[in-house]
Amino acid sequence: MALSGLDIYKLLAKTNCRECGFATCLAFAMALAKKAAGIEKCPYINEEAKRMLEASAQPPIKLLCIGGGEKSFEIGNESVMFRHEEKFHRPCGIGFILDDGLSDAQIKERLRKINKSRFERVGQMLEVNLVAVRQNKSGQRFCDAVKLVAENTDLALVLMSRDPAALKPALELLKARRPVIYPAVKDNLQEFALLAKEYGAILVITCPDLEGLSAAAAQLNKEGLSDILLDTGKKELSDKIWDLTQLRRLPLKRSNRSLGYPVLAVAEEDDPYEEALEAVTYIGKYAGIVLIRGIESWEVLSLLTLRQNIYTDPQKPLQIEPKLYSIGQVDDKSPVLVTTNFSLTYYTVLGEVEASKVPSYIMSVDTEGMSVLTAWAAEKFTPEKITATVNKYGVRQMVRHNRLIIPGYVAVMSGELEESSGCKVVVGPKEAAGLPSFLKNL
Amino acid sequence: MALQLATEKWSGEISEVIIGATKDEGGSRKSVVRIGGENTLPFLFNEGKIPNPVCVAFEVWDTAPSDWPECLWRAFGKSLNDSLSWAKKCVEEYKAKILCVRLQSAHPDFADTPPEACAKFIAGLLNAVDVPLVIIGCGDDAKDNLVLPAVSEAAKGERCLIGSAVQDNYKTLVAALSADGHNIIAESPIDINIAKQLNILISDTGFALSRIVINPTIGALGYGLEYAYSIMERARLAALSGDKTVASPFICFVGQEAWKAKEAKSEDERQGIIWEMLSAAALIQAGAGLLVMRHPVAVEKVNKYIERLFQR
Ligand code: SF4
Repeated sequence: MALSGLDIYKLLAKTNCRECGFATCLAFAMALAKKAAGIEKCPYINEEAKRMLEASAQPPIKLLCIGGGEKSFEIGNESVMFRHEEKFHRPCGIGFILDDGLSDAQIKERLRKINKSRFERVGQMLEVNLVAVRQNKSGQRFCDAVKLVAENTDLALVLMSRDPAALKPALELLKARRPVIYPAVKDNLQEFALLAKEYGAILVITCPDLEGLSAAAAQLNKEGLSDILLDTGKKELSDKIWDLTQLRRLPLKRSNRSLGYPVLAVAEEDDPYEEALEAVTYIGKYAGIVLIRGIESWEVLSLLTLRQNIYTDPQKPLQIEPKLYSIGQVDDKSPVLVTTNFSLTYYTVLGEVEASKVPSYIMSVDTEGMSVLTAWAAEKFTPEKITATVNKYGVRQMVRHNRLIIPGYVAVMSGELEESSGCKVVVGPKEAAGLPSFLKNL
Repeated sequence: MALQLATEKWSGEISEVIIGATKDEGGSRKSVVRIGGENTLPFLFNEGKIPNPVCVAFEVWDTAPSDWPECLWRAFGKSLNDSLSWAKKCVEEYKAKILCVRLQSAHPDFADTPPEACAKFIAGLLNAVDVPLVIIGCGDDAKDNLVLPAVSEAAKGERCLIGSAVQDNYKTLVAALSADGHNIIAESPIDINIAKQLNILISDTGFALSRIVINPTIGALGYGLEYAYSIMERARLAALSGDKTVASPFICFVGQEAWKAKEAKSEDERQGIIWEMLSAAALIQAGAGLLVMRHPVAVEKVNKYIERLFQR
């Protein structure tokens, strides 16, 4: 929570010595509150006041950078409970748990698959983020497995072990990669905190009750460790939803600082369907990192798509550049399909046109990212606008048939569009799914 | 220092809608399905009551669903060609607690089945299975205005959930359902204000708000899911804050949307199944009370998920 000018004033020396360059301590406090001055300007500020001021400048949920290098990613600094209030800012990291009991060949094979888990959807690249190595075997085996994983993937790493003696050499191997250590529990808190500090790692605190979690986080913070993730362990789903809700609400609504960290949740089930369902719950309900076991592309693609949906800015629909797109080997006989520049609409149409194997032009009109019906209702998809786009791209010079195909939902504009554009208007199907048969029978 | 939890106190409550009527209640169903009735956000049991588990209805058509992907045909086999055995399979083999029948054949572009034949079909279906029914028209407003009143009468007393009423076509349906004691689906195009407006219009005719179920019009995973997701969250927050005009349970036609997705036509049938499943799960988290789904495996897993969500 931001402190007010008066709150800050109470923390100052109140001598009005002017060394800060301001006439009074109060004036300086006001400038601080507006972030128009820095605290270093006052030589008399005491340590406690400094800490409070610094803390008040922090976001309610800490912004954390996970991993090192190109595949590092940020989570945290979230500001709302519901997407529609603003948006969810930083997509949660999705990672895969690998046991060190797997053979080297198995680990390599899985990593090959994980590394390839990239999908393009509506013009965005969807990627996975982490690999977690879990200790089941000896410290030596764990360390070897970590080494193997580190050599075979650039993704951020999580070390899952309760054994400091196994963790230390593993951390030694990962110096530049800012790994995550999981789990610090009540009994090993000090020891794990030292490790995390020494190696610049991020520490996950696991505690089933929020009170214990808060106490542990506060203690670590006092010791100067603030690269922290929170976890409440395995529980019934509704209890997890409750925990996750509290861990978002408390920092945002109650200014609770000791719980102001992103949350990690593990969704691990033998049945990939059940695992994915559990993961959906955590992705939607505020987790900063979700770890799963399944690496099959059908599970991963669907979870990444869900994450993309949840983290889409509700005020800014995904858009594509409005222009005339050529699909396949087009010539002057190819049909011209008119649609909007809302990504989802465009890519759905594109998919069906490709499936039809009929080379076509798709003319995407600038509707400010609105879908066909919404744009039509908002007068962003009008005969005039379509005509202007037709002229802009010289469509009538590119095709000889002089025909425009419009979405079935806006059939009512046919007459007006014929008049304004001088083209012949053909009404296409309402749903993109009808395009292949429509195009083949054109 | 004890940790003060951040609990919210809600003043509103979602209405409880009962679908189906047993013999004692003037119908012939063996059991009824209740949806809604909660006075807190999804699964925050610590803040209020959530008396009724989310429910999944199997989608059944009155004609062979020729455009359904192969994966669904494989799952059901030949039964898709015969509506009654299809319906029975859902109830007997897949333990459906409720069915959603779509009267697709009535559409002028399909068989243009006349209203009397549709009514007869529903009477036959009510005989063949003993679970409550959701009944959906063919989607052609003019035709549905003839078909649904006939169907409503044929199912009189069975307290079905019938739809859909839309903003510019609700009067005929409301009048029929009101007379025959059914519940109504009020459909709005991903728009909370229209949902509200339609509920007001319907209740202004004297039809009880507590017999309305909202269809917010959803998109599947990757196909606009997030719009309905947020509309549902917004409506739910408004309802829990005391706005009675949006305090109705949601019905979501998940199967219909999910199986349109490109991903659902993948060679690997698990891609389609999980697509339907995750669409359902996300909508459950946004507050859905009744989901209409297609693939038996997706239904089974979502039912298990619901069970897990309600385990306390
Ligand atoms: S330097 Fe510090 S003590 Fe002096 S006037 Fe400025 S704020 Fe006050």
